[in-house]
Amino acid sequence: MAVLQSLVDIRSEQFVINRASMLDLLAQHDAEVSKAVGGGGDAYVARHRARGKMTARERIELLLDEDAPFVEFSALAAWGTPFHVGASIVTGIGVVADIECVIIAHDPTVRGGTMNPFTLKKNLRALEIARVNRLPVINLVESGGADLPTQADLFVPAGNIFRELTLLSALGIPTVALVFGNSTAGGAYVPGMCDHAVLVDKRAKVFLGGPPLVKMATGEESDDESLGGAEMHSRVTGLADYFASDEDDCIRIGREIMGALNWRKLGPGPSRTATEPRHDGEELLGIAGVDLRVPFDTREVIGRIVDDSRFDEYKELYGRSLLTGWATIHGFSVGIIANAQGVLFSEEAKKATEFIMLANQTDVPLLFLQHCTGYMVGKDYEQGGIIKDGAKMINAVTNSQVPHITVIMGASYGAGNYGMCGRSFGPRFLFAWPNSKMAVMGPQQLAGVMSIVARQSAESQGKPFDEAADVVQRQAIEEQIERESHAFFNSGRVYDDGIIDPRDTRTVVGLALSAVHSNTVAGQRGYGVFRM
Amino acid sequence: MVIRKLLVANRGEIAVRVIRCARDLGISTVALYSDADRKLPHVREADEAIHLAGNTPAETYLRGDLILAAAVRLGVDAVHPGYGFLSENAGFARDCAAAGIVFVGPTPEAIDAMGNKVEAKLRMAAAGVPVLAGVTVNTSTTAAELQTHGDDIGYPILVKAAFGGGGRGMRIVRAPEELLDAVESAQREAAAAFGDGLVFLERFVESPRHIEVQIFGDTHGNVVHLFERECSIQRRHQKVIEESPSTAVDAALRSHLGAAAVAAGRSIDYVGAGTVEFVMAPNGEFFFLEVNTRLQVEHPVTECVTGLDLVALQLRIAQGEPLPREALEPVLRGHAIEARVYAEDVVAGFLPMAGPLHRMEIAGAGVRVDAGYESGNVVSTFYDALLAKVISFAPTRMQATAQLSNALRSARIHGVTTNRDLLVRTLEHDDFVQGVTDTGFLERNGVVTLGAGLASARTISQHAIIATVHAALSKPRRLGAGFRNVGDAGQARTWRCADQTIVVEWKQQRSGVIRAAVDNAELLVESVEVSESAITATILGERRTYRIDYVGRNAFVDSALGATAMVLQPRFADAAVAATVGSLRSPLPGSVIAVHVGVGTTVVSGTVLVALEAMKMEHSIRAPHDGVVSELRVEVGDQVETGSVLVVVDEVVQE
Repeated sequence: MAVLQSLVDIRSEQFVINRASMLDLLAQHDAEVSKAVGGGGDAYVARHRARGKMTARERIELLLDEDAPFVEFSALAAWGTPFHVGASIVTGIGVVADIECVIIAHDPTVRGGTMNPFTLKKNLRALEIARVNRLPVINLVESGGADLPTQADLFVPAGNIFRELTLLSALGIPTVALVFGNSTAGGAYVPGMCDHAVLVDKRAKVFLGGPPLVKMATGEESDDESLGGAEMHSRVTGLADYFASDEDDCIRIGREIMGALNWRKLGPGPSRTATEPRHDGEELLGIAGVDLRVPFDTREVIGRIVDDSRFDEYKELYGRSLLTGWATIHGFSVGIIANAQGVLFSEEAKKATEFIMLANQTDVPLLFLQHCTGYMVGKDYEQGGIIKDGAKMINAVTNSQVPHITVIMGASYGAGNYGMCGRSFGPRFLFAWPNSKMAVMGPQQLAGVMSIVARQSAESQGKPFDEAADVVQRQAIEEQIERESHAFFNSGRVYDDGIIDPRDTRTVVGLALSAVHSNTVAGQRGYGVFRM
Repeated sequence: MVIRKLLVANRGEIAVRVIRCARDLGISTVALYSDADRKLPHVREADEAIHLAGNTPAETYLRGDLILAAAVRLGVDAVHPGYGFLSENAGFARDCAAAGIVFVGPTPEAIDAMGNKVEAKLRMAAAGVPVLAGVTVNTSTTAAELQTHGDDIGYPILVKAAFGGGGRGMRIVRAPEELLDAVESAQREAAAAFGDGLVFLERFVESPRHIEVQIFGDTHGNVVHLFERECSIQRRHQKVIEESPSTAVDAALRSHLGAAAVAAGRSIDYVGAGTVEFVMAPNGEFFFLEVNTRLQVEHPVTECVTGLDLVALQLRIAQGEPLPREALEPVLRGHAIEARVYAEDVVAGFLPMAGPLHRMEIAGAGVRVDAGYESGNVVSTFYDALLAKVISFAPTRMQATAQLSNALRSARIHGVTTNRDLLVRTLEHDDFVQGVTDTGFLERNGVVTLGAGLASARTISQHAIIATVHAALSKPRRLGAGFRNVGDAGQARTWRCADQTIVVEWKQQRSGVIRAAVDNAELLVESVEVSESAITATILGERRTYRIDYVGRNAFVDSALGATAMVLQPRFADAAVAATVGSLRSPLPGSVIAVHVGVGTTVVSGTVLVALEAMKMEHSIRAPHDGVVSELRVEVGDQVETGSVLVVVDEVVQE
């Protein structure tokens, strides 16, 4: 395998500008993330601690093995919405008792850990990750249930939480509920649906209806403990498999449950020893720009995330606007598909199609590195069959059975988003750099198209075209699209699994690759590799 | 006669010392070992070894009969008794002779003569050796007679009741005119307390130094001295630090001391190595205490300053050879100091310590180490807790002191608590450095102060950080170890060191530099090189190499900052190991010698439940509260470790 050489000049003006603007974006990102990390704010966190309780993140830290990684998903969920950043839930992949697993923790300091539509999206995505990658799930439960005013957007789809939990169990993927507090009404089914449940003494409340509701419904006088306390569920219903004396004890028991699972990953471990890249990952800050019109050499990125900076390029001289090739990341074999010039032509589409089929033939996961403005348009290209070639690529991406991991490094526009395994194409994980933008097309293009269409409509109807209004309209549309294509906006809608620091790409992709190997890694079979 | 095979009737460091010497002289060796000692170095060093079943000295190293039988069986020519055990047992020496085996030591007669302390003193006085003068007076003694006695004895004088003890009626008289009053009041007090007014007067030595002279005699009528040793640093009459020469002895005094010691030796036709012990006053007056008819623990300091091998000399003399010229005309050169490293808890009152000695490495420039244990041995409670003697030798006392304290400071001794800190603090004490020492040194300066841990709070916290970081970096780390993409959560490890709890919070940054904090005092750690057992790192710009051993949850960290032993605290309290309420644990390792209660016995607070013996001392385990014995975990004869649950007493709730 050839070692990628680096031509990055860290003193160049472009590098310096890119780095400064990337750091600025990361600072903005940190500021937004800190809202999620801060939970419901100092007052609520202090009150929570005063009750002898840990925060969601503290529970996770204690649950994790020493020196274990934790990749948190969608920290910016609900960003740009009326709901609290982070959506009152923490999800991610960590290692507990040497088992990679999905952890889902309610944040009880944010509106009592209640669930809003974004909480639901984030929760369901975490369960989906667990199912497709065959990762055990640990729920750290303390939630006041549904955020009732949003029930219209919540109630119907929320059933999927129960469904996913039982599906996981049926698939032989263990589920654990550690109940620290409220787990009432719908929430009561979480310990009810999990394979293992641990309830904290005097804290866990697992019932369908609390004392006030019972009073209203039947007139019966009751209390929390007799309706759903840990002791009651341990001695009477057996809903609790373990009785925990306090939060520490609950987490300790949770770790012991995991340790006793006799869990084995189905996929192979890393096939090579992981060697750090030869080029400094720190320089990723200055390679991709915030101004997505300025192209950058994707090889410089690859050289900073793959083992020993070694990359075996496939069809180097064909369809050169797209890079394809083989490498290892933290020892895991991976096929990389990366945009080089942004645009996809017929050759690139066909090259990608072949490459995806090859990866399926050899059971190698695929890493998509997106910086894509879309499939080429224009008479020559249409007549050259760009639709058919693009369709081949999308067909291959869709039906590929090896795990896909997608990182959006810059632009993600139009059908390029699809062909390069965007969210709809079920990548096992999808992360975005903070400078990335995702939309049907660029703001100027979109505004321009709208303008042209309006002008044509006016002409066909014989109406005069209001140039001044058009300028205002274009401006407004551009701003709207700019806002809606922003990485924070898309991450807020849980269209990705989180925004990552470019410098963390190697680690995050490595952990994602390790996670996908919890499940069998097997490619699509049936036909041979078509030579396009 | 020629000694071809030597049995060493001892254990530990002195056995190793004698065996190595014999081997160098072409003599084959036989060692002894008890059950507990089977893995000690002296057993391995010898060509052959004899197992003595059991552990107590009475069952093993004091069994002269078994030892002699083995010696005869193995065709041994001579027995070297070392020190302690059978070394001053005239009966054993006679039995050896009867069996045709050479006893490496003086004649049984000389041993007997010096064994009776009262007789020995009379004998030495007769030989012209200065002794502490004393006289017994009764109520009929006149004032004039008293004054004469006083003048004969010399001042100051200790006046004490002839019977009884405990300091009752004791007075120190510094001038003749105070004598009469003191004697009368002592007589009254003695009569009141003991019903007998008999009072004893003896010369009192203030601020005494312990000075002893090494002597050597051969079978050809030669008796020489090999200069003095000062052994004033003592705890409970046990020597801790010894040196030669003494800072209080000049050439003239040395020849006086030597002449007195040689006279003492000649008076009993001394053969072999012996030591004449004196107590010395600040003015240089010295008085005979006793003769030790054996090789002393502290003989190496004499070997250093004379260049002689005393064990080799003993063996040559035992073969009937005359003292060689270099022993007849010894030359004193340089300065040597010995420190005895004991397995003991100084601050707890020199409590003997036992248990696994995971590592013992003592080394340094100009330092000799005579050790009876090595890394991996287990220190038992049956014998003297001396682990090793560390002897430094240098042209000057100052250098010898520095070498010794440095070697002790940098020693790596893991698993067993030792007196190392006391030794270092003593060696670095101003009075010691000035040579201003007497037998009250340790008591005066306070063993709690001198025995306090050398590791400062800074050392402890930095070592806790290092142990934390090293544990993570020294093994292959998992993918993305410690990685967080959101927030800044670090990791924490909690350690216990002595009575302190240290929480280390840490996080490795992308650059590899580690941010670590103890008590919110944050610092940066940059690892330079890591191996399984060491890490070289820069902390606050200071680069050091830290050597680390792990044994279970224990981490032993040694660096230029000092030595620390830490225990990693579990992340979760384990319900299973939590102590049963009311359980009584063994405060020290030892054997159970008595069980006074049974299950169901009702006890009151203070009732003795179990008696333990450790190092010949008996420790009673008492009920902490009224209650009923619900569990009895031991029986007589059991060996228990520190912390073993012995008895569980359920508290009776008073209605």
